[in-house]
Amino acid sequence: MYNILLGGAAGDGIETMAGLLEKMLKQSGCHLFTIRDFMSRVRGGHNFTQIRFGDQPLHAHRDTLDGIFTVDEKSYQEHQPRLSYDGFILCDEALAIDDFRAIKLPFKKIATDLGNPKVINSVATGALLKLFNIPLDHAAAIIKSNLRADLVEINLSAINKGYDLLESHYDLPLIETSEDLMLSGNNAIGLGAVAAGLRFYSAYPMSPSTSLLDFFNAHSSTMAIAVEQAEDEIAAINMAIGASYAGATAMTGTSGGGFSLMVEALGFSGIAEIPLVAVDVQRPGPATGFPTRTEQSDLKFVISASQGEFPRMVIALRDHTDCFYQTARSLALAKKYQIPVILLSDQYLADSTTTIPILNASEIVHYDEPEAPVPTPDHPYKRYALTENGISPLAIPGKSEALVRVDSDEHDESGQITESATVRNQMVQKRMHKLEGLKKELIEPEFWGAQQCQSLLVGFGSTSGAIKEAVDILNQEEKNYGALLFGDIYPLPTERLRHFCDQVMEIINVEQNATGQLASLIREETLISCEHSILKYDGRQLSVDDILTGIKNFKGGF
Amino acid sequence: MSKPAFTNYETAWCPGCGNFAIIETLTGVLNQLERPPHQVVLVGGIGQAAKTNQYITANGFSGLHGRSLPAAVAIKIANDDLTVIVNTGDGDSYGEGGNHFLHNIRRNVDITHFVHDNQIYGLTKGQPSPTSNRCDLTDNSNPCNLGASFNPLLIAIAAGATFVARSFSGDKKHLAEMMTAAIQHPGYALVDILQPCVSFNKTNTFAYYKKRVKPLDEGYDATNKLAALEKAMEFGDTIPIGILYREQAPTYAAKHPELFDKVPLVDKQINQSDVQALINSYI
Repeated sequence: MYNILLGGAAGDGIETMAGLLEKMLKQSGCHLFTIRDFMSRVRGGHNFTQIRFGDQPLHAHRDTLDGIFTVDEKSYQEHQPRLSYDGFILCDEALAIDDFRAIKLPFKKIATDLGNPKVINSVATGALLKLFNIPLDHAAAIIKSNLRADLVEINLSAINKGYDLLESHYDLPLIETSEDLMLSGNNAIGLGAVAAGLRFYSAYPMSPSTSLLDFFNAHSSTMAIAVEQAEDEIAAINMAIGASYAGATAMTGTSGGGFSLMVEALGFSGIAEIPLVAVDVQRPGPATGFPTRTEQSDLKFVISASQGEFPRMVIALRDHTDCFYQTARSLALAKKYQIPVILLSDQYLADSTTTIPILNASEIVHYDEPEAPVPTPDHPYKRYALTENGISPLAIPGKSEALVRVDSDEHDESGQITESATVRNQMVQKRMHKLEGLKKELIEPEFWGAQQCQSLLVGFGSTSGAIKEAVDILNQEEKNYGALLFGDIYPLPTERLRHFCDQVMEIINVEQNATGQLASLIREETLISCEHSILKYDGRQLSVDDILTGIKNFKGGF
Repeated sequence: MSKPAFTNYETAWCPGCGNFAIIETLTGVLNQLERPPHQVVLVGGIGQAAKTNQYITANGFSGLHGRSLPAAVAIKIANDDLTVIVNTGDGDSYGEGGNHFLHNIRRNVDITHFVHDNQIYGLTKGQPSPTSNRCDLTDNSNPCNLGASFNPLLIAIAAGATFVARSFSGDKKHLAEMMTAAIQHPGYALVDILQPCVSFNKTNTFAYYKKRVKPLDEGYDATNKLAALEKAMEFGDTIPIGILYREQAPTYAAKHPELFDKVPLVDKQINQSDVQALINSYI
């Protein structure tokens, strides 16, 4: 298992280099997990991509580095404290880096000799592949399918020249990964939505949700999805609601700032009982916050966003596989219960890429709406008919003679505005009653670790991978640790939590926010308190190492 | 004689409200259209005018204040077979919904937008709206807009609207002509309908409008954009009514041919094998 970092300024081509290198590693037989750390600027500054790869499936990044490739001194200075003693720094011979671990090679000269100084990163890619003893078998195909035709030959020459510059140093066992997928969290959300039959996506570009909009735009015509770039997030969510009313499976996506603009319409979806899925790809707030970085601080916001009371569901996406299956499930649940469902992701998950087993379109949860009753003159269709489970048969306008009348005002069964106290009570109770059915569908948090654990870590969403790995490491000494990793988070499933609460000595909440929002929600719903918390809110994702250090700190060493 | 397809429910408007003439005319126009009520969606935001869809036997979508346009265009995009008509007020369309007004003009989705423009906020009882007349500090008229008045027709033409008209609730024949032409126009069609607010607007009364509205001359060329902009700036002792500007331009549907073929978007299905092929492209 190795961990390397590629660093440079925005515009240096690090992202392109990393994308190609990832593909070559994957095709050669590596699992990998890549994180992207960029500044909110197009040129300059300092960006890096960190690729962890090896022969085991990976679910998180690690802090300690085995190697750094850098195009500038700044990346070296920034990251060399994390470089292991026997690690390497790969760079051009001209860089002023005085370190016994440095491997300085004539990247720039070779690139210039080849006729284009810009291929310097390809020379370095060749050198990196050689260092790790990765065969060049897949390089040509990957370069051909990803670069402009006139750039293929020179980049391949550059890779070959780089490959010949040094001897292999690491011996990496390569395995069979040819059936695995390699994709980002946002792409997995997109695929899940496509598989669930998404017909309409509206959004306003906002980091780190923008790549979702780009994904749907790219597949709009082949997958029959109308994609509208709205004038603002208010329009985006109201469009999604309009499309859903007309029968199209609809979704909107944004980050916390855009979600703030959406909240009135979230309540509209609730009272009008129009199915809706809204994705909140979180970034650090409040306000503009850290546009390109990560946080899990919108949990308490999204579970209570909008005035008034209405049933909703919140699903925290834990990993790339969740992104696919839970997005599809969220669209099905939104339709089945005619409610808004919010998907919580974050920049870490959105922008990280990893290898995962194949995702199957045939395995997703679908919900097929039963036919609404045919209206007659004596029994016209009632959009909000009172029923035992609170769910009224849903008719689609234009698809039958039913007149479908929906309203953001309180309304009677037919959708007509009302001010009746009796009808108000009936309608509030009807809507809230849908929660009873929904609660039966909740998926309990995933348990990880030793069943007889005495210390229980709790977390939600994208920190799950790091928590699992930390538990595995802790249990190497003493099988004392377990973790509950929440995906479905509102309504909060409590059965498994109560079970472990009776067994363990301590509960530790691990969260990417400053106030411990999950611990707060757990306490509110169950009166269960967490004894310790490990919190991080600097915009950089909690790592396995942060969790281990956090536990060490309040245990006084182990 | 058989019962007309579109009929009305009891309303909650003030006696004498201009909305009565508008809803009566609209109901008549809808009955002439030969579209069954279940294929017509009436969309509104919030306000007295926005309640129109509550009072006509058709599909009804009463959305949020200011947000009727985004919902309406999405309904039309989802199902191109539906006739989508927005009825809502000047505050909803030009105030709270101003940003959507600008940008949905640019989309040119085939919907119709009837703005019941009484130059005042009625439901909240008498505050000035964006279209209230401009006045100065010594002016005690009600409503009073110390800033510039919003000129919806001028702005709509400038923003690229393909059908821009004005009518008056006091001239039902003219109003019916405008409504019919707007509904039949392929693309976004705006009709700003002047109407008195009998309870609160003591300036822009029925008599005020009656005296000022003047149909466009027979020779008026509605395809001349510069002339239309000039005409749209007339709002004073005479107020021109009629189709100020129209052009044939590609609609949203025409610009997305792959999504708007014979099968409405809502009925489109993608084969599971095609979805799986897309997933497999990430191998």
